[in-house]
Amino acid sequence: MDTILETEGLNKEFVLGGFPRSIKIQALNNVNISVTSQKPVIISVVGESGSGKTTLAKVILRLLQPTSGRVIVSNQLVAGKGAKPDKTEFLRTVQPIFQNPFSAFNRYRTIDMYLYETATRVLKLDQAEAVRAIEEALAAVGLEYKDVRGKYPNQFSGGELQRASVARALIPHPNLIIADEPVSMIDASRRMIIINLFLALKQEYKTSFLYITHDLATAYYISDYIAVLNHGKLVEFGEGKRVLQSPQHEYTKLLLASIPSLNKKWTEDLDWNAPIGATAESLA
Amino acid sequence: MIKLENIEATYTTVRGRVKAVEGVSLEIPYSIILGIAGESGCGKTTLMKVIYGDTGFPLELTKGSVDYGFENDRGQPVTSRNIQREWFRNISYVPQSSMSSLNPVTRIRDQFTDFPATYGRKREVLESVREYVQELGLPPESIDAYPHQLSGGMQQRIMVALATFFHPQIILADEPTTALDVVVQKDILILLMRLQRMMRNTIIFVSHDMGVHYQITHKMMIMYAAKTVEYANTDDIFKNPLHPYTLMLTSSLPTIGDERARTGLPGRPPSLWDPPQGCRFAMRCPLATAHCHEVEPQLLEHLPGRFSACHRVDAIPELAAKVWRGPKLSELANDQDKLIAQVESALRADETEGAAAAAALKEEVE
Ligand SMILES: Nc1ncnc2c1ncn2[C@@H]1O[C@H](COP(=O)(O)OP(=O)(O)O)[C@@H](O)[C@H]1O
Ligand SMILES: Nc1ncnc2c1ncn2[C@@H]1O[C@H](COP(=O)(O)OP(=O)(O)O)[C@@H](O)[C@H]1O
Ligand code: SF4
Ligand SMILES: [Mg+2]
Ligand SMILES: [Mg+2]
Repeated sequence: MDTILETEGLNKEFVLGGFPRSIKIQALNNVNISVTSQKPVIISVVGESGSGKTTLAKVILRLLQPTSGRVIVSNQLVAGKGAKPDKTEFLRTVQPIFQNPFSAFNRYRTIDMYLYETATRVLKLDQAEAVRAIEEALAAVGLEYKDVRGKYPNQFSGGELQRASVARALIPHPNLIIADEPVSMIDASRRMIIINLFLALKQEYKTSFLYITHDLATAYYISDYIAVLNHGKLVEFGEGKRVLQSPQHEYTKLLLASIPSLNKKWTEDLDWNAPIGATAESLA
Repeated sequence: MIKLENIEATYTTVRGRVKAVEGVSLEIPYSIILGIAGESGCGKTTLMKVIYGDTGFPLELTKGSVDYGFENDRGQPVTSRNIQREWFRNISYVPQSSMSSLNPVTRIRDQFTDFPATYGRKREVLESVREYVQELGLPPESIDAYPHQLSGGMQQRIMVALATFFHPQIILADEPTTALDVVVQKDILILLMRLQRMMRNTIIFVSHDMGVHYQITHKMMIMYAAKTVEYANTDDIFKNPLHPYTLMLTSSLPTIGDERARTGLPGRPPSLWDPPQGCRFAMRCPLATAHCHEVEPQLLEHLPGRFSACHRVDAIPELAAKVWRGPKLSELANDQDKLIAQVESALRADETEGAAAAAALKEEVE
């Protein structure tokens, strides 16, 4: 069995303002996630805005140092005390996809330059090999090199650009791709293309995904495992369908009950005569 | 009843003129929540602006008019010509984000009293505003705050309070909860439903989230490429659609507990700069025939209260049954080749009309 991802007592504290009036924000509060598997898996991290999802992604990607605790990806210690992964080796293990493809790419650089850079710097390929690797990765996301070559970000739609980001991340054949809200900037009707693509890539490329989202429905659709974050705490973790079909934690139940689903109407158990008021959650 | 008669709304741009709403006619009964759905760019916001009477360069009402079904205090029928005089009092607007419409440098309370309806009786109005926000679950002192001092959920509650304070006949809400997390969204939506039921006003509600429509609306209008393609009771929209586009909208996204494989809506709507002749949905429609590509279907009442613009309404139940019986994701996932083939075909379809979409997006980005 391989450790796909493990976080051990992971904490991240942000300190705002200076002494003596500083405020501490516990963005990650003792987060313990452990997934071991022989096959690639898709792990979703769900939670509302501010729950710590992006912080978790950044700590795993070594873009932020954890305050304490450690992270293991593919049996390697990548973050926390004593973690000194070789940079190239790390980039062959973990690759990111970001939320906004328009800001992830510089508007004055062509998309193929990013792909080329990943192929030559991370995989140390020569020019001909790099082009071959780029062609292969683009084909996996349904794009052709000739249609991408020499084009700037604003010549693509959001969905196509996000597919190009996926292609870039695929070039090193990483064990784990970390996708932070990868579809929230894409028109709802076209989100499933990226979501299904992750499923196909899991099979075809044997890549695991950490899919970070506030959308429980897509998380339900693709996940092998789901982690629910609330105010930096991992409130529930488990097999995907189980977590969302029989949630154990009150917060997971609240989230589920708040989704405008097509199953049960809220009005069924709405007391029209009760005073209007507001829940504490909605004023927070 | 609110009557939209052959509405055509046009934007004037450096590139020329584009019709963002075309030939929309609709009778909306009073005291219901009407949902408007459709992919982005299909004209929902433009139609809302027309109904609010918020036209002005670059947007123009080039054809048709709205008859709101009530008279103003001069005894004249209220129509597109004089609707602006009814703002706040008889028609109000809840925007997508309070950021763009609450004045950041004005205290909330001044935003309640900053229009003609309250001149000369500010103190009295303020007292009832305080009472009213309290009824809506907000601390009364929240109206003394500046917008940035309130959380997103509180701000949106204030927006609802502002929009309903004068008990207007008509409330327009354009994606009012899209920027909120689900827990707060549910609270705001339930608040809107309860106020509507109490005040018996008409809410016209735009959202791209079909789940939200299912939960709160009574009737729905489905828009595609500047036109109405279906108009019916919400339950029929979901259970007995009479247009293939409606079926695709309601069944293309995953829902919790449903194990079917979902493809989303591959392909794109046609460019409004150069709409195709015939049915605008034909390029993406699994039922399209040569006739569909040539002759544009009209919006007709095929069954009582159920309107659809489609030549092949009779073929839809069978299509729906097929879609609803579709394969489970787990079946596909075990058959790797099938899954990959399906993804590949979706990726290819995503490129249809891709050039046009990219050009449109490019314009937006610049
Ligand atoms: N660089 C930072 N400095 C200070 N606080 C931060 C920083 N990044 C995130 N936070 C805070 O940490 C918490 C978690 O944020 P984030 O990880 O971005 O949540 P999510 O991605 O779930 O919306 C929030 O309260 C946020 O304001
Ligand atoms: N200010 C504007 N100038 C020019 N075209 C516009 C403007 N606003 C919207 N449009 C165009 O009108 C069409 C409909 O837009 P909109 O009503 O905002 O759609 P929706 O709300 O359904 O996303 C789109 O094709 C859009 O590009
Ligand atoms: S008219 Fe034809 S193309 Fe248009 S929706 Fe109906 S069947 Fe499809
Ligand atoms: Mg985030
Ligand atoms: Mg809009």
